[in-house]
Amino acid sequence: MSYPADLKYTKDHEWVKIDGANAKVGITDYAQKQLGDVVYLELPQVGRTFKKGEVFGTIESVKAVSELYSPVDGEVTEVHSELVQHPETVNKDPHGSWMIGMKVSGGQDDLLDSGAYTDLTK
Amino acid sequence: MTTSPSGTLKKTPLNARHRSLGARMVEFGGWDMPVEYSGIVDEHMAVRSRGGLFDVSHMGEIEIAGADALKAVQHITSNDASRLSVNQIQYSALTTPQGTFVDDVLTYRIADDHFMLVVNASNIVKDFHWIAERVKEVGGDAAAVNTSSRYALIALQGPVARDVLQTLTGVDLSAMKYYWFGTGEVAGVRVTISRTGYTGEDGFEVFVPPVSAERVWDAILQAGKPSGVIPAGLGARDTLRLEASMRLYGNDMDESTTVVEADLNWIVGWKKDEFLGHEILKKQKAEGAPRKLVGFEMLERAIGRHGYDVYIGGEKAGVVTSGTQTPYLKKAIGMAYVPADKTAPGTELEIDIRGRRVKAAIVSMPFYKRAK
Repeated sequence: MSYPADLKYTKDHEWVKIDGANAKVGITDYAQKQLGDVVYLELPQVGRTFKKGEVFGTIESVKAVSELYSPVDGEVTEVHSELVQHPETVNKDPHGSWMIGMKVSGGQDDLLDSGAYTDLTK
Repeated sequence: MTTSPSGTLKKTPLNARHRSLGARMVEFGGWDMPVEYSGIVDEHMAVRSRGGLFDVSHMGEIEIAGADALKAVQHITSNDASRLSVNQIQYSALTTPQGTFVDDVLTYRIADDHFMLVVNASNIVKDFHWIAERVKEVGGDAAAVNTSSRYALIALQGPVARDVLQTLTGVDLSAMKYYWFGTGEVAGVRVTISRTGYTGEDGFEVFVPPVSAERVWDAILQAGKPSGVIPAGLGARDTLRLEASMRLYGNDMDESTTVVEADLNWIVGWKKDEFLGHEILKKQKAEGAPRKLVGFEMLERAIGRHGYDVYIGGEKAGVVTSGTQTPYLKKAIGMAYVPADKTAPGTELEIDIRGRRVKAAIVSMPFYKRAK
């Protein structure tokens, strides 16, 4: 699977799609492959704020628990509750499976583009 | 997230096969092993409904032979090996004088005076030293040899296992009972076949000379293809064994837990005069052990995993030893040690899941039992 050019990436294997001041956040194809079959997602409440690199939730596969790191500074404006009900969607469509929406207040400058992220996962 | 393990790990004779089949490899007990190929859920469901092929060559074999071999085996293991006929197998514990587990083993009776213990990969060195010392203490004519490097071990598990393997061997598999073994050829290779496994399904484990491991592996995969047999990794092996309530050494029991606490009274030969730890185990059987291993099911969406604390009525009561989301039953289940007076099915537990107390309930095991 290729890494879409309209997304930015972190070394912790989250993706973020920034549209003006708003962003959607998910995990990459590389991350879902490492995790294997995803069975639970724990996501924060709307209104919580996170610094870039802070843990905003957890994702759990059959075999492991991983933390989810905020790729930017910002406030949670939306939580994808349907994804929480069907977490296996993360395996099938990782780059379409957004977890939270955020209002970005900083930290977006040193994200990786798809080329740099592709190199990182090689 | 970790990268692929390096060359310092031990490799089974099938390592190149796993890599060419696209397995995700992980370190397990010092070995470079496949954790999954197509995915844990897919492989788990294949074993429950069709068949899965596992490389378990990392398991160890320790053989004890000599005129006094039975006496030695009776001393070091909890089960009664005198009840074994030649070609029969029993599950047993290699016990400490405290009645705890050095390891859990399968005891194969190869001849009247020749036994083979199949032991856990991470315990091979420890077990061999332990066994060699104890056998010496028993004295007489018996010696222990670590024969682990002589065998690759390939497990075919699932409802189609017998029919698939039968196409490759002249050994009459339908005449082989559960926990019995025999010798013969599979795909033209001289092997030992045992009707055993760690999945809760019918199946066979094939002991193969390492040099012929790829040939046997390829032949079984090929023969099984039309009936949907796929390669399966340690990930599915773990979810399958937990669903079937089989214990995992290092998780569910170890040198700090006794055989009675692990609720494995059925692998103790209570009528034996002696074995290591028999006084303590007999006392615990009569008077009760302080704690006991139970099964639980989560009542809320969460997984109680190994090492998580268990609370009963607000008090810390024990610890989770194994836990997962099971692909077949589609529930979060696990095992935990709890005080012996709080083991009744239905007892409500709270499990501390990363700082959050989540409700669970004790349920009777096994979680899964196949239809006969």
